[in-house]
Amino acid sequence: MITAGVDVGAKFAKVVILKDRQVLARAKALVGFDVLKSASDVFETALKDAGLSRSDIQRVVATGMGRNAILQKPPISADEAVSEVVAGAAGAYQVVPTVKTVIDVGAEEGRGIKVEGGKVKDFVINERCAAGAGTFVEAMARALEVKVEDMGPLSLKSANSIPMNAQCCVFAESEVVSLIHSKISKEDIAKAIHDAIAGRISSMVLRIGVEKDVVLIGGCALNPGFVPPLEKELHTSITVPQFPEFVSALGAAARAANPSR
Amino acid sequence: MAQTEVKTQEYWRWPEYRRTVSERDWRNSGIITAGVDIGSVGSKATVLVDGELYAYSVMRTGGVSEQTAIKATTWALEGTGIDVGNLNYVVGTGYGRVNVPFAKKTITEIACHARGAHYIYGPTVRTVLDIGGQDCKAIRCDDKGKVLSFLMNDKCAAGTGRGLEVFADLISVPIQDLGKVSLSVDQEPSPVSNTCVIFAKAESLALLRQGWPKERVAAAYHAAMADRIVDLLTRVGVEKDFVITGGVTKNMGVVQRLERILQVKALEPKMDPILAGALGAGLFAKALYEKEQGLR
Repeated sequence: MITAGVDVGAKFAKVVILKDRQVLARAKALVGFDVLKSASDVFETALKDAGLSRSDIQRVVATGMGRNAILQKPPISADEAVSEVVAGAAGAYQVVPTVKTVIDVGAEEGRGIKVEGGKVKDFVINERCAAGAGTFVEAMARALEVKVEDMGPLSLKSANSIPMNAQCCVFAESEVVSLIHSKISKEDIAKAIHDAIAGRISSMVLRIGVEKDVVLIGGCALNPGFVPPLEKELHTSITVPQFPEFVSALGAAARAANPSR
Repeated sequence: MAQTEVKTQEYWRWPEYRRTVSERDWRNSGIITAGVDIGSVGSKATVLVDGELYAYSVMRTGGVSEQTAIKATTWALEGTGIDVGNLNYVVGTGYGRVNVPFAKKTITEIACHARGAHYIYGPTVRTVLDIGGQDCKAIRCDDKGKVLSFLMNDKCAAGTGRGLEVFADLISVPIQDLGKVSLSVDQEPSPVSNTCVIFAKAESLALLRQGWPKERVAAAYHAAMADRIVDLLTRVGVEKDFVITGGVTKNMGVVQRLERILQVKALEPKMDPILAGALGAGLFAKALYEKEQGLR
């Protein structure tokens, strides 16, 4: 059985095509103004990579913030839409079957999910504050005049702990500027930024409790600077799967193959 | 040589000002005090002669708050003939209150706002809403201007002046016109659904791209901001008389929407309500000086 999972996130759309638990193709692209078109383009790319056409896919499950834009709508015509929590749990279970806690940090949302055998037991979400999601690091990178992908490696060069007082993205931008003015190095500021977001994510996740194994997914898991402070805050080791940003799409594809799960 | 200069306007940049408001002869008066309120965005310095507002300045807080404190105070004194050395007592308040070099004492902005509101609006004030640059405070006070209880949001830019600055830049409308622009809609749209300024900005941008006129987007943003502030305010309860202080009082779009939601009219200020904190500090300075001198 060939299925597909489409995760239409706030920033990127991700597609995974699955055949009997084997990944045939992965594709991702920025979501533009026209959500349906962006998602359809990525879907097309994934189909091409797999050497398939839409009619070869038996079931498509959509997830992510923009999931309803593709539900029953051609050319993707997703058969079902599931929440990010369900997809994240299912996907993490696929890559780490012993997972008990999933931490999913995307561009605009952060989530903690308690999982048992791939099923959701409990969860917490932040979808209201940019300071607890990838947008925060992006905004701070802009203030620091550093490319967002360089932020993590830069922060790892610092061994200092400078506290950031601002809890809000808007206020933190001003704080970064004043840190620059007080001649704090970019490395130290980058570290402070990662410590700050890790602190916010961990305090959210601790509300549902953290049990091993802990799996970090979502685009922010690609940021190497984010993992060490998060491990420190949670007093536990964290597993980052190979393609962390595709885990929810994978979960959606797995669910498409086995709707009862 | 012909030259075209392309200037990027800073829409968030609000005007600074100073005034002398009293004709009194300070040389033949008793106590001269100053209250310096170093806010996160704006700094206010007031000079009081015998507990009455004499002169003041309002300016943006710069990178070094100590310098701002000196600048704001000397600017307030400019042209009055009063020298820093003539000030009997100075009290610092606000977010940067520890950085007022000539202040003998610092007092929290909560206490100062309540005291200042009592001075501006009179003893009937029971609820003070202060909307500043980076925070928003709801204060309950008694007939002496003493704080009974308060709630503050200083964690999130939503519902603060800083959020309005970000929005002014987004829709390219000077910040001092923003309120008026937001009120120029025939029908009030639904509020922007996001609380977070970053997300609300993205949502507003999407509305602009959908072809919404600026006025309508501004109305939606202001409505959301008012909702957010009302949430804070209703947690302390609104007892009449109700007043609003702080820099955001200059935005009628926020003030009128707050009044509409609360169904309470805020008292008309007799003087610039941005000065409440600095005025409170100046009044505390007088009382402290009198105590110090054994005058009461």
